[in-house]
Amino acid sequence: MLNPLQFVSTWLRELLLSWGFSPGWIAVILAVLGVILIGTVLLILDIFLVWVERKVVARFQDRLGPNRLGPFGLFQPVADIIKLLIKEDTTPAGADRFIYNLAPIIALATVLLLWAVIPFAPDLLGSDLNVGVLYLVAVGAISTLGIIMAGYASNNKYALLGALRTVAQMVAYEVPMVITLLVPVILARSMSVSRIVEAQSVWFVVLAPLAALIFLITSIAEIGRTPFDLLEAESEIVAGFHIEYSGMKFGLFYAGELLHALTISALISTLFLGGWRGPWVEQVPLLGLVYLFAKAFFVYFIVMWIKYTLPRIRIDHMLNFNWKFLTPLALAVLLVTAVMDKVLGTLPMWGYVVGMFAANALVAWLALYLSNRYARLARQPVAEPRPVARADVVLSTQGEGRPSHPSPTS
Amino acid sequence: MITSLQVIFILIAAATLGAALMVVIARNLVHAALWLIAALFGIAVMYVLLDAGFLAVVQVVIYIGAIAILMIFALMLTRRAVREEGPRYHRGWGWAFLLALAFFAGLSSILAFWPGITTNLRDYLPSADPLKDLGTALVSPDAFVLPFELASVLLLAALVGAIYIAWERKEEVQ
Repeated sequence: MLNPLQFVSTWLRELLLSWGFSPGWIAVILAVLGVILIGTVLLILDIFLVWVERKVVARFQDRLGPNRLGPFGLFQPVADIIKLLIKEDTTPAGADRFIYNLAPIIALATVLLLWAVIPFAPDLLGSDLNVGVLYLVAVGAISTLGIIMAGYASNNKYALLGALRTVAQMVAYEVPMVITLLVPVILARSMSVSRIVEAQSVWFVVLAPLAALIFLITSIAEIGRTPFDLLEAESEIVAGFHIEYSGMKFGLFYAGELLHALTISALISTLFLGGWRGPWVEQVPLLGLVYLFAKAFFVYFIVMWIKYTLPRIRIDHMLNFNWKFLTPLALAVLLVTAVMDKVLGTLPMWGYVVGMFAANALVAWLALYLSNRYARLARQPVAEPRPVARADVVLSTQGEGRPSHPSPTS
Repeated sequence: MITSLQVIFILIAAATLGAALMVVIARNLVHAALWLIAALFGIAVMYVLLDAGFLAVVQVVIYIGAIAILMIFALMLTRRAVREEGPRYHRGWGWAFLLALAFFAGLSSILAFWPGITTNLRDYLPSADPLKDLGTALVSPDAFVLPFELASVLLLAALVGAIYIAWERKEEVQ
């Protein structure tokens, strides 16, 4: 069955050829059109995401959510956008105007850039880079930049604090994230994202459940959602880096965060849940699009579930959790995966799968056991009896001239 | 007939040079750092145009993701010092300009006399995956495994040194 998009692109190519364009220019024009198409579709999907997010959070908080405008409140985001567009556009005094205006654009654009390497269907993908996984890391690095620029240019100490927290968090969580990204690369023998999808005759979430979990946690930290939303902790630094932004500039940050959450969901589905793989996708390639987005929205629901049920993590716990738990665990998972892949390579498929899963389970048990031991050691000084002035102690030692416990000042 | 690749090259080259110039001219240090990022990004695009995707991505990861962010991070902690006062140019800037010009002329003349300059880019590209060759070369004993391992030992030493310097000694604190 012919892919309708390929049909259109072939038709357009021939039309431009008949108009006398050279093949090189046609490639450029078609690439630009493809970028515009993917970007537009994603931004329209982003509007829908606002509705999904509000509806789901309402259910978690035992409310109904938007339900007045249109069927199931579907037109509510449109009203929100009109409201954002007609709001006053403020710029704080002393702001670095150019960087201040550039920051929200970069924050949203870097999210869109990530979709360039995600394969939507077997024959529908932006670009099949042979370093696709590394590209994802690189774009993630640029997205930090947008938030730093916003924090710096706002001329507001809360914004600056939010930006500093962001750098600490993003740079820290990038380490285990990049390490776990190597696990699918080892399993698929390629850094190309489409090759990784093709290699998943068994989903990598079965072969590397720990890597998938670490990737989910670090991704949530990278986009700064609860429980890792220290960069915009309302009770501490008001709104963090976007405190001074109003109207549609704030809207761009908000849309960027929502789309980023869907993007990491699509990434997790692509790297660990088989991407476009599903029944009958060989016969009808466009079904892959449906499967990818079904899986992406499933992961997105988990991300929302985490966001609306967990409290915010404390900043020292955030850093300790990363450096003392996630990073060593990610390194261990990478080593175990690489070694087990060589050891189990000769076994039949089911043996390989069971062996990999068992190795992951063993690492998980060991990690939990060790952290439990460590936590007990850390709690020990607190659990020991401390010299306090309890009524019975004071009363029983009254006649002896001196208290049996030393006073805190001595 | 000018090709699309040439137009893109000229645009990107002009943007990169302009950004590099702004790094030197900008009075605000944070602006200079951001222009530096733009220039580094332009170089990454150059790598893409040469079909060296790996180098391009590594350029972005290391220079923009790590070094430039570290620079801005350091600058943000010293907000009062971001505006440069006083003379911005070294007295000998004319000599530096001449040196750069001579270097550019030398490179251009070498390239102009190089016979491969007229060959199409596509004829230089190897048919196999160059990334795989690079990876194998880095870990094979008859290629670059020794320098590669030495570099890792050097980085490890730097890491240990950084931890040693930052280590809070218990007895001194009390």
